[in-house]
Amino acid sequence: MRGAGLAVVLLVALVGIFLTWKAVPSLLHNKAPFLTSRVWSPDTNPPRFGIAALLWTTVISSIVAMLLAVPVAVGVALFITQYAPKRLATPVAYVVDLLAAVPSIIFGLWGIAVLGPVLAAPNSGLRQGIENSLGWIPLFSSTGVSAGNVFLASIVLAIMILPIVTALSREVFLQVPRANIEAAQALGATKWETIRMAVLPFGRPGVISASMLGLGRALGETIAVTIILSTPNIGAPFDPSLWAGGETFASKIANAAGEFDTPQKTGAYISAGLVLFVVTFAVNAVARVVISRRKEV
Amino acid sequence: MKLQRFSRIAAGLAVTALALTACGSDNNTTSSASKSSTSPQADSACATGTLNGEGSSAQKNAIEEAISGFTGQCSAATVNYNPTGSGTGVKQFNGGQVDFAGSDSALKADKGEVAAAKTRCQNNDAWNLPMVVGPIAIAYNVAGLDKLVLTPAVAAGIFTGDIKTWSDPKIAALNSGAKLPTAAIKVFFRSDESGTTENFTKYLKGASGGVWTAAPAKAWSGTGEGKAKSDGVSQGVKSTPNSVTYVEWSYAKDNQLGIAQVDNGGGPVELTGESVGKAVVAAKADGVGNDLRLKLDYTTKEAGAYPVLLVTYEIVCSKGLDATKTKLLKSFLTYFSATDTQKGLETIGYAPLPDAVRTKVDAAIKAIS
Repeated sequence: MRGAGLAVVLLVALVGIFLTWKAVPSLLHNKAPFLTSRVWSPDTNPPRFGIAALLWTTVISSIVAMLLAVPVAVGVALFITQYAPKRLATPVAYVVDLLAAVPSIIFGLWGIAVLGPVLAAPNSGLRQGIENSLGWIPLFSSTGVSAGNVFLASIVLAIMILPIVTALSREVFLQVPRANIEAAQALGATKWETIRMAVLPFGRPGVISASMLGLGRALGETIAVTIILSTPNIGAPFDPSLWAGGETFASKIANAAGEFDTPQKTGAYISAGLVLFVVTFAVNAVARVVISRRKEV
Repeated sequence: MKLQRFSRIAAGLAVTALALTACGSDNNTTSSASKSSTSPQADSACATGTLNGEGSSAQKNAIEEAISGFTGQCSAATVNYNPTGSGTGVKQFNGGQVDFAGSDSALKADKGEVAAAKTRCQNNDAWNLPMVVGPIAIAYNVAGLDKLVLTPAVAAGIFTGDIKTWSDPKIAALNSGAKLPTAAIKVFFRSDESGTTENFTKYLKGASGGVWTAAPAKAWSGTGEGKAKSDGVSQGVKSTPNSVTYVEWSYAKDNQLGIAQVDNGGGPVELTGESVGKAVVAAKADGVGNDLRLKLDYTTKEAGAYPVLLVTYEIVCSKGLDATKTKLLKSFLTYFSATDTQKGLETIGYAPLPDAVRTKVDAAIKAIS
């Protein structure tokens, strides 16, 4: 048991070391500010590359995915554990779990071919509605980009992390002590009040850690995002809109992986991978802190 | 109990899978067998063993077609091709991991590839043999526009973003009588690094008379919206009205996109196997002896020559592989460059090697020892 634990720690450490090892030589040659630049030309001499644009798209798409997925997931988990009769709860739980088994490339293709025209294409009602009513907020401002925008990527990511968050929340809600629930009911609480007073407070740390696991998945999702997202051309001005295209760390690396012909170029992409590694690590660390704080209260 | 049921299902699935695979291989052997019987090639050149190649994905379909035909004839031979990209293919070849590489561009001396390949071939030259000709289509989706003519300068204007609408006078001047919409032009480009982008930008740079200024590269430097792989850009154009992209011919055909005719100065030329062949013949030999690297003449004004294309080379050692591998390599390449094989490639979106080039390739293959 301890051996297995150590092996996992060692594995993570080795991945970190490998990434750093490959990234450092390229970073030393880099002539652009790595964290704040949007330039990406790792094979020129001298190389210039920065990760600002990648970081933005990665983080914004994952956060929007979280915002969409977590409320739905918590609702589904509550429905399964608190409301639904057992006859209904089991199949619903099963179907949600099944979502996790769909390969991400299928999600990508389905997203761009089926969801895209309905939800995210320039002529879709939803997009036009949001652009017209909320377009004054830079996040929703109108762009000319086709269905392959950050918004669509976020929706597909939300669907992909839904089963993870649902399954974990469900487990946590099932753990709520019978005594807490009965105490609330004895006070005359309705079903919803019982949930608010007994189930949700008990389940909160679990839901947070479930969301963070989902976020980790969304941050690193590669192939579905690569298929969906349109890339802006080189030199295009920064556009914070959800209706713009973009590249995440993972999609950038996946797009270029076929043509890693020099160590310099490979190193540039690996250093982007290193940042993703650190971001995911940080997200998990924050989740740990949040959970342990909550537990103490 | 539960476990038992599960294993029963698993067993059932495994059986179905086996049955399906059996079907699959059955079909393959019959189709390749029928192909070999119609092919006039004698099977005297058959060799045995395994040959491994890696590289360009632009020639993937062509080489797979050739491999299935070849192994149908010579059942004792196995040829593997791994379409990982030209850069990787050359690297693997130079590292001695594979027997030949497929690449969208000939070995580059300034990147040390020529020298590394020479070391790999035990101090013998490596040769670039042009084998697959892949035309690049300028594919568009404009309702009611059946025919579109572009000059290289206007095409470059569209792809740099200088020409913004379909009704631009520069486009209208080339297409008198055509119904051009006033809509904005939506350009799609390859977001992954690709030889198609490199060769297309080489053409724009070479032929547009200064309109295209960026250096040709595998990463796109023009305007537009990036989509992953040929499939991504062709789907993008298909689903977006008033859009345009550059993509391999087969994808433009499969998606039923409009294909622009290119006018280099000798009149509009439609993209056909024949018109592409003319442009390949117009290319100059750029290598020494049997190293058949080509320098494409992008500005060719020859009537009926379609100049937007890429040539995929098979990169091989002129000497230095062991005897059985050499024999197998020669017999496979001979099959690949044969007239019938090349003709067959036209149905899947490639252009056959013109005879003038093909005979040189044949001679080079014979000279491998």
